[in-house]
Amino acid sequence: MFAYIIRRILATIPVMAVVALFVFSLLYIAPGDPAAVIAGDQATPADVERIRQSLGLDRPYLVRFGEWVWNILNGDMGVSIFTNLPVTTMIKQRVEPTLSLMVLTLILAVSIAVPMGVVAAWKHGTWIDRCVMGFAVLGFSVPVFVVGYVLAYIFALELDWLPVQGYTAFKEGFFPWLENLVLPAIALGGVYIALIARITRATMLEVLQQDYIRTARAKGVGQRSILFLHALKNAAVPIVTVIGIGMALLIGGAVVTESVFAIPGLGRLTVDAILRRDYPVIQGVVLLFSFVYVLVNLLIDLLYTLFDPRIRY
Amino acid sequence: MITRRPLLLAALAAPSLARAQTAQRTLRFIPQGNLANIDPVWSTTVIARNHGLMIYDQLFGLGADFQPRHQMAQGHEVSADGLTWRISLRPGLKFHDGAPVRSADCIASILRWSKRDVLGLRLNALLEEARAESDTTFTLRLKRPWPGLAWALGKPSANICAIMPERVARTDPFKQIEDYTGSGPFIFRPAQWVPGSLAVYERFADYIPRQEPSDFLAGGKPVNFDRVEWRVMPDPATAAGALLNNEADWWETPLPDLLPRLRRNREIEIDVINTAGNLGVLRFNHLQAPFDNPAVRRALLPAVDQRAFMQAAYGEDPALWRIPAGAFTPGTPLANDAGLEVLTSPRSIEAAQKALRESGYAGQKVAMMTPTDLANINALSEVAADLMRRIGFNVELQATDWGTAIQRRANRNLPDQGGWSAFCTTWEGLDTSVPGSHQPLRGNGLEGWAGWSTSPAREALREDWFNATTLAEERGIAERLQRLTWQEAPFVPLGQGRPPQAWRRSLSGLVKGGPALFWNLRKA
Repeated sequence: MFAYIIRRILATIPVMAVVALFVFSLLYIAPGDPAAVIAGDQATPADVERIRQSLGLDRPYLVRFGEWVWNILNGDMGVSIFTNLPVTTMIKQRVEPTLSLMVLTLILAVSIAVPMGVVAAWKHGTWIDRCVMGFAVLGFSVPVFVVGYVLAYIFALELDWLPVQGYTAFKEGFFPWLENLVLPAIALGGVYIALIARITRATMLEVLQQDYIRTARAKGVGQRSILFLHALKNAAVPIVTVIGIGMALLIGGAVVTESVFAIPGLGRLTVDAILRRDYPVIQGVVLLFSFVYVLVNLLIDLLYTLFDPRIRY
Repeated sequence: MITRRPLLLAALAAPSLARAQTAQRTLRFIPQGNLANIDPVWSTTVIARNHGLMIYDQLFGLGADFQPRHQMAQGHEVSADGLTWRISLRPGLKFHDGAPVRSADCIASILRWSKRDVLGLRLNALLEEARAESDTTFTLRLKRPWPGLAWALGKPSANICAIMPERVARTDPFKQIEDYTGSGPFIFRPAQWVPGSLAVYERFADYIPRQEPSDFLAGGKPVNFDRVEWRVMPDPATAAGALLNNEADWWETPLPDLLPRLRRNREIEIDVINTAGNLGVLRFNHLQAPFDNPAVRRALLPAVDQRAFMQAAYGEDPALWRIPAGAFTPGTPLANDAGLEVLTSPRSIEAAQKALRESGYAGQKVAMMTPTDLANINALSEVAADLMRRIGFNVELQATDWGTAIQRRANRNLPDQGGWSAFCTTWEGLDTSVPGSHQPLRGNGLEGWAGWSTSPAREALREDWFNATTLAEERGIAERLQRLTWQEAPFVPLGQGRPPQAWRRSLSGLVKGGPALFWNLRKA
């Protein structure tokens, strides 16, 4: 197991290298010039060129790529072209809000979606099942920002229960932290709940047809035990897989949610950086997201062994 | 006798009272965009300028009449030949680190600014010598007289001549500064700066404001807040919600669509603070067909309906824009109506079609760029493209983002080779109020603004404006320049946008004239 973990961690290195090459190349060929954005409307071509030189953007692709990779290997992600701040500082400032939002959304989504899916499978074909599936379709169909606006309108502007926007750091207290994150987490969680609920239902339906479930019923095992101890555990592997894959959904959704609720997270940092062509920041954030995604999937693979003892690494 | 209950109640109330007092001393402001960089000399962005006006003071400041007054300067003398400017500093001026403001700091700041700003470059070309006579007096000796130097040094539009400590001002003007020690009424707190989210300023206790009343960028700059927070909210609906929910005090750029919702709330006031606003501009590529032909450019004029442009960009409320707009920002001293009937006479598509037929236009493609991430400019572009199509141009509206558009604008090739034909934009009204900083009016060809219009006549008039000594003389030059604009059509003015600002009624004392200013304000 330990050797497997080490192997998987080592395997992330070529993955990250490919991501790095891809991101760097994509930005290199993409239209847009940070020097022109910095120079602004009044600039002459000579001004733009001078700024480009001062930023080192006039150097050949391979030189810039090589330097960037070398710096990354030395723990230096570079300096933002616009803010003049180290990319690591900018990421550090933004990690907590995004992590908080994602963790809360994950907890919220799993604790709602899994019981929903289980109940829908149990009450297969009834109005409960249809309601759950209806909610799932809604969750997939309604964009995150629409849910966000509606929630903010009802719970912040009309009822005045929660703030419209912003983020309070966890160190300021649990309730202020939670107060700012409830609405964004619900908004972001909608699509995630829909995804997990559908998969849970489908997998549970399949498991509930198995012989051992019939045997358990024949032996007089209670419905709750059958659903949550026997069936759900065996249905867990695909559910956990979807939770892992869904992290990409969360990362993408965080970009929109953070904008709607003015949360100073990594999603907004990414969008701002892309719009300004702040290459070092884009490269740093994308690399970080890729690393997190790879790590989460490793964690999911390891969780398989908990749910299915037949799986051994 | 004091009982336990009142004491207990007082103890319970104490933290909320303290919070209320802190809230009263903190101003929560939603700026128009992200403060991405904080060097107002290096950056040309309006938001970096606004930041600069908070933490740096200037030698001169413009009053609401757009005339320069002494600010950090105690006084100034100009020699009889107009070549030597002797400027003395107010006593007791300090930087945020406690060091006194000296002549050497002012000279270094002026020199750095003179390498980047459009008027600064003028000074750079004219400057013979800058010399400190003492710590509080310095002279600028010019090769030729420039009566407008005080205006340039107090220029409120980007890039401002911000007075920094000499050690900071010695930074290469093409590199950002890393030391934010300022001379203005607020201290910037870089440790609390989260780009894209929050910028924090605190009152500079040792700032000595002038004794005169606040008058735009001149006069006293009394600060009544301990802390000002710029809270960046990219989503307009969120910003509106924050203002309505008392999570913010002041929103710089409310979206026209959201104004009715804000107006329904009695706690919110909406008004135009930036009276100079901005000038909508349709710019042509003068190097490539079809707009290399002045007759083709002029063909548009009979059909241009500024009202349509303004309504698309700023909404139906006529208080939020002003037409007719000539070559200069309406409401500023040089705005005039010379030849303005070109845009005010009854609009006629037929007349424009006829003019286009007679111009020799051969159906060449017009590649019109529009940055869809900037709502106002996108709206102007769509109206312009529609107008051109109706006149008979073969228009291709090419949607892009601002970052790409601004890069592509530098491409002088044909549209098929990555170039472009026309674009719309807005210029800050303060810039287009005088010929010196009015880039769309310039005729300096390849050295000039995107579009590369060449006109020795306009350049000569600009030079005359620099040498003008009276306002009447300046106005005469502005009228001649405006008439030339209709003949040569380097750009088409599309109207003056006057975007309103929204704030909670608890806030009072907002300084009108131009950008959001943070002195003289109070919160009830």
